[in-house]
Amino acid sequence: MSTKPKLYYFNGRGKMESIRWLLAAAGVEFEEEFLETRDQYEKLLQGGSLLFQQVPMVEIDGMRMVQTRAILSYIAAKYNLYGKDLKERALIDMYVGGTDDLMGFILMFPFLSAEDKEKQHVLIVQKATSRYFPVYEKVLKDHGQDFLVGNNFSWADVHLLEAILMVEEKKSDVLSGFPQLQAFKARISSIPAIKKFLEPGSQRKPVPDDKYVETVRRVLRMYYDVKAN
Amino acid sequence: MFKYSSVTQFSCLFQFEEVYLETKEQYEKLIKDGFLLFQQVPLVEIDGMKMVQTRAIMSYIAGKYNLYGKDLKERALIDMYVEGLSDLMQMILMFPFSPPDAKEKNLESIKERATNRYFPVFEKVLKQHGQDFLVGNKFSWADVQLMEAILAVEEKVPDVLSGFPQLQVFKSKMSNMPTLKKFLQPGSPRKPPPDAHYVETVLKIFKK
Repeated sequence: MSTKPKLYYFNGRGKMESIRWLLAAAGVEFEEEFLETRDQYEKLLQGGSLLFQQVPMVEIDGMRMVQTRAILSYIAAKYNLYGKDLKERALIDMYVGGTDDLMGFILMFPFLSAEDKEKQHVLIVQKATSRYFPVYEKVLKDHGQDFLVGNNFSWADVHLLEAILMVEEKKSDVLSGFPQLQAFKARISSIPAIKKFLEPGSQRKPVPDDKYVETVRRVLRMYYDVKAN
Repeated sequence: MFKYSSVTQFSCLFQFEEVYLETKEQYEKLIKDGFLLFQQVPLVEIDGMKMVQTRAIMSYIAGKYNLYGKDLKERALIDMYVEGLSDLMQMILMFPFSPPDAKEKNLESIKERATNRYFPVFEKVLKQHGQDFLVGNKFSWADVQLMEAILAVEEKVPDVLSGFPQLQVFKSKMSNMPTLKKFLQPGSPRKPPPDAHYVETVLKIFKK
């Protein structure tokens, strides 16, 4: 295993994207192996690399880590993006739980039927503007600090920026009622490591397209219809 | 979606109170009074915080009560195991809310996943290190979660552990740990399998 973390996933966002964001925010270089064929996946399975037969999988510090949340927690803690104590960690976990739920609605989007996509689009915007964004808007307004937790850059900030950008891809003016979040977005985007990740040529993946959906379906043999929430 | 909380498992550590949601009005008041960060339960008031998000709550409790391993790597293992089991528990959680014509199929899925994906992993972990507990030779959140998952699946598939001797021993050992033993006795805060009344209550409270 090389010393750089190595990511095993499809060449697309999915559940691995939050991990790419966090590694980038931490300034950690990483390698990627993209799953393109069923054979590759079966080889990983047979080799015993996938604890629960699933990706994402990240080779890091001698471990073959699976389960997105476990991987993210490990990276956050290792690179000091997890608050200074248990209570700050609790806040970060709560905030990340929220943005994770929001991004979950977007994650399944490419796999929905055209009709369900329309409904889901409405749902995403509604949840973002009535359930999730108001929370973070208020947190930032109440303490007036640059970052969500403990006046320090953390996993919660990275995850929120990712969520904001993803929702904006669905509705570009979605932040119009949220001045704090607009300022937050500008601030976090200008952090050097994040700025770099947002530039073309970085390892950030584009909005999922038909080719991505086809690859996932083919590799995982996931040909059934995904139901919307 | 109302989420059954594994939080009650931690009664093995300390006493706690419970407020049961029985009406929509109660739920709406909690939201109006600003208790529910994302308008959802579970909510746990602990150490001056109003904590939501099941995983956040459990991580906090595990961290506070030394059930989270001794270092980052043990925590990583515990997190991986707990997250995997949580995927299995999610299937069980959703089961009472699935339509009658889907229940047989869902039950089959639960059985299939438990026996082919999840239980073999923990069987192997225990066999390989030969220790009593999943991680670091010490009782942790992962053991509690595995115990809960085993019992939950057994309620649906009574002989599910028949191919898993290590898990049978594990189940027996955990059942005999004083705090878990107490939790498994009648009269504890442990909740019974969800029934029609429970489903009805949840749907009523969250109905738009």
